[in-house]
Amino acid sequence: KLRSPRVSIEQIKNLHNRFTYLTQDEDTLRREHLENISNLALNPIRRQIIEAFFDKRNMGEKEKGCLQEIGFEEFVTVLSFFRPPKPRTADEEMKNVKKEKLRFLFNMHDTDKDGIITLDEYRRVVEELLSSYETIGAETAKAISDAAMLEVASVTVGQMGPDEFYEGITFEQFMQILKDVEIETKMNIHFWNLDTRTMQCGK
Amino acid sequence: FICRYVHTYLSIFPGLPCLHLESALLKPGSNMFILVLGLLVGTSSPDMGTNHGKSPDSHNHGPQNQGNHTQSKKPFPVLSLGYDHVRLPFEISLWVLLASLMKLGFHLIPRLSSIVPESCLLIVVGLLVGGLIKLVGEIPPVLESKIFFLYLLPPIILDAGYFLPIRQFTENLGTILMFAVVGTLWNAFFVGGLLYGVCQLEGHRLVTVDLLSCLLFGSIISAVDPVAVLAVFEEIHINELLHILVFGESLLNDAVTVVLYHLFEEYSSVGSITVMDVFLGIVCFLVVSLGGIVVGAIYGILAAFTSRFTSHTRVIEPLFVFVYSYMAYLSAEVFHLSGIMALIACGAVMRPYVEANISHKSHTTIKYFLKMWSSVSDTLIFIFLGVSTVAGPHEWNWTFVMATLIFCLVARVLGVVGLTFVINKFRIIKLTSKDQFIIAYGGLRGAIAFSLVYLLKTEHFPMRNMFLTAIITVIFFTVFVQGMTIRPLVDLLAVKKKQETKRSINEEIHTQFLDHLLTGIEDICGHYGHHHWKDKLNRFNKKYVKKCLIAGERSKEPQLIAFYHKMEMKQAIELVESGGGAKLPSALPSTVSMQNIQPKKPPQDRALPQLSKAREEEIRKILRTNLQRTRQRLRSYNRHTLVADPYEDGWNELLIKRKKMMELEKKMNNYLTVPAPPPDSPTIARARLASDPQAWGLKSVTESIPTIKVDLASPQSPESVNVVDEFGKKGSQSKASKEEEGGLTMKVPSPTKQRKDKTADEDNDKEPQQRLMRCLSDPGPTAEEEDEDEAFLP
Repeated sequence: KLRSPRVSIEQIKNLHNRFTYLTQDEDTLRREHLENISNLALNPIRRQIIEAFFDKRNMGEKEKGCLQEIGFEEFVTVLSFFRPPKPRTADEEMKNVKKEKLRFLFNMHDTDKDGIITLDEYRRVVEELLSSYETIGAETAKAISDAAMLEVASVTVGQMGPDEFYEGITFEQFMQILKDVEIETKMNIHFWNLDTRTMQCGK
Repeated sequence: FICRYVHTYLSIFPGLPCLHLESALLKPGSNMFILVLGLLVGTSSPDMGTNHGKSPDSHNHGPQNQGNHTQSKKPFPVLSLGYDHVRLPFEISLWVLLASLMKLGFHLIPRLSSIVPESCLLIVVGLLVGGLIKLVGEIPPVLESKIFFLYLLPPIILDAGYFLPIRQFTENLGTILMFAVVGTLWNAFFVGGLLYGVCQLEGHRLVTVDLLSCLLFGSIISAVDPVAVLAVFEEIHINELLHILVFGESLLNDAVTVVLYHLFEEYSSVGSITVMDVFLGIVCFLVVSLGGIVVGAIYGILAAFTSRFTSHTRVIEPLFVFVYSYMAYLSAEVFHLSGIMALIACGAVMRPYVEANISHKSHTTIKYFLKMWSSVSDTLIFIFLGVSTVAGPHEWNWTFVMATLIFCLVARVLGVVGLTFVINKFRIIKLTSKDQFIIAYGGLRGAIAFSLVYLLKTEHFPMRNMFLTAIITVIFFTVFVQGMTIRPLVDLLAVKKKQETKRSINEEIHTQFLDHLLTGIEDICGHYGHHHWKDKLNRFNKKYVKKCLIAGERSKEPQLIAFYHKMEMKQAIELVESGGGAKLPSALPSTVSMQNIQPKKPPQDRALPQLSKAREEEIRKILRTNLQRTRQRLRSYNRHTLVADPYEDGWNELLIKRKKMMELEKKMNNYLTVPAPPPDSPTIARARLASDPQAWGLKSVTESIPTIKVDLASPQSPESVNVVDEFGKKGSQSKASKEEEGGLTMKVPSPTKQRKDKTADEDNDKEPQQRLMRCLSDPGPTAEEEDEDEAFLP
């Protein structure tokens, strides 16, 4: 499943160490294990991150749904979405890499798994982003997400009559609005390249 | 007339050939130019004996005897000439004027500025002016190092530092440091060492140049110059990565240059360097760079802290920014630390906090003043480079100069290629060979190198004039040849250009989301990487630093909201500037509005008789005309205080009021069957505007929203935004709410009649009400206005 030959054995070993540390030597990883990571508790979008690990859509399968526990293979599969592209990648392949990463992001937002990000789901995204600031009310999040949604609609659909209803952001539209954010270069974790000694496995 | 005046003026001074100004070209621009030149030449000649020794940057070096001013035993002089005491400021102003007129002139000539970069043209002008002055028989002024370092350089660096794109800078910091430190060291030693070899081989005149002098020369000439880089790169608009790499390198190599310069200069008189000295040199480097940054950061924090309290004296806000930064530079120079790094650190540290505290106008002021000063400085530097070339004592030596030039180029290319090879192992986005070429080609030398050589004393360095000649040649070569050809080369190689995209709210949301996501993934992997530390820094910033340095409510404002506000503000101003309505520059030609997005509410039971459409139209029209009619100018513009800006100072109250009014608005909508779109942000407003101006007018009728009225006729039209606080005084507000409440609970009877009465009453109430406005001198009521929803969140 790991298509790239560049992932070295040592990196896999290190990840396995980390996996066993997280699961406390059990075979499968469950949500509680991830929730126990102290640093993650401060992250405003931790729930969505944790969910992403258990989302079947990210495992390359066509079915939808959630897993309750995952093995090491699935763990690495999810992490492989954060692999930087090879330096001399052809444009075509770069587009695929970008599409994959955007698909991962899309799945994170689309919590009801219907293939569309509705206004409510988007609102929840913005609320979670702002959740670490106590003084900001729900109205504000609503306004921001409304404006953002409107922008998406305006850019992608263009003309709509007053009675039409815009269902939500589809994946193609999602790709369109984020085409200027260079996902393929930004959504990467350095550790795939760096010396794995810097990873605090088991600490 | 002017020509004749100058003629007489010049003829007062005997011994000066009169310039025949009447024979000047007839074009008006040239006339002015000649006039300024003539004045310059004329003023540089007379001897002001008393002033000569005192002013260090006196533009007059020629000893001319003078003195036609004083007369004895004459009747009371009605009109006399006293040039002495304004001489210095007069000359400085003339030079600045010349520089600015030159800049103006270049852009008037149609295709010149697209072929030749400005810096080249300015140097040519400098050469011409210098030549003219020399022709007249005077010694042209030289670019004194003190003036350069104390007055001309800081504005440029501050401008660069204040607007430094922090995100890209920190992302590429490793690469930049590698190029700046290792690259400059490599260049210095390569050039210095090889030159020494050449000197030894060449024999006769050059053999006296010792190793240390060569190394000193190498270190001076190897530094990439920020002024030249900025001047050239600004015009070619390459992508941000390359820009920040070359530019960052030119800024950070200052520390290296300072250390090397002092090291070699100190020891060249002694004649040798020990290992201990080298070690101390390295320690010195760390002290110089880190010390400079620390000094800058301290002043930056002070400035941020000061700006927290400036809410009552908005007019002097920009002054704090400038003065603190300049002090940072000077303080660093006192200790021989790197002034450039101090300035950059100061600007970068203070910016986020200061911008949260100061008013929008101060922000604009700072921006424009910095741009103006740096532009003038830049121009003056290049002109003076040209003049100094004509003036400076030269000693041409083919071998030395040619060798210098070749070695510089070779060293640069080798350095860049070698370093990139190493750096690419650590980068995610590798640098391609195209990038490397641009980085190598963009290594321009400039006035800093010149000034440093100029500072050398001839006693210690007998070959100083030769150095000067060589440096000027290299500078000319890089600026002219590389500067002129870089633009066609960029086009030829199809290097990625800067994208002129506006950040949208979606991109901002997702960028932040991505940041958190990557931090989370790093935490799951247990990898304390880049994002982890960035997140920690942000948290620290939010928890402690922001509270200290940002005034009031803004300290708790999340970045997303700050961004949203900024964007809305920009859109509002854009809307205003475009005259509103018909021609919106970036209008989205879409008819999508909020209705399309909000899920449709289930049809409610209307226990109320429906208003006929005509009736509703009528109501709306009444409300609208009454809103438009009332505008009162309250206070006139006061030099000391700008009228208090409600949405800057009464932030919280406004938010609360707006919230309340939004709720009222919603309730009101329930009565009207023709759906009135809820008040939206200008994003939506623009969309509507483009499609249906009439609907726009209708919408603004909802009186519960504070709208921004723009007085288009006022002299400061784009900036003058009047905030109409619709519900300023309690009167109508409580009434409205009462009526609304009343209407809601009763639910039955003729809400139409009630409504009509109410609106009539309210209109009467509104007229005498004071509307809170930020006023500037008003020439009178305007024919058209732009109503706009307040650009901030409910």
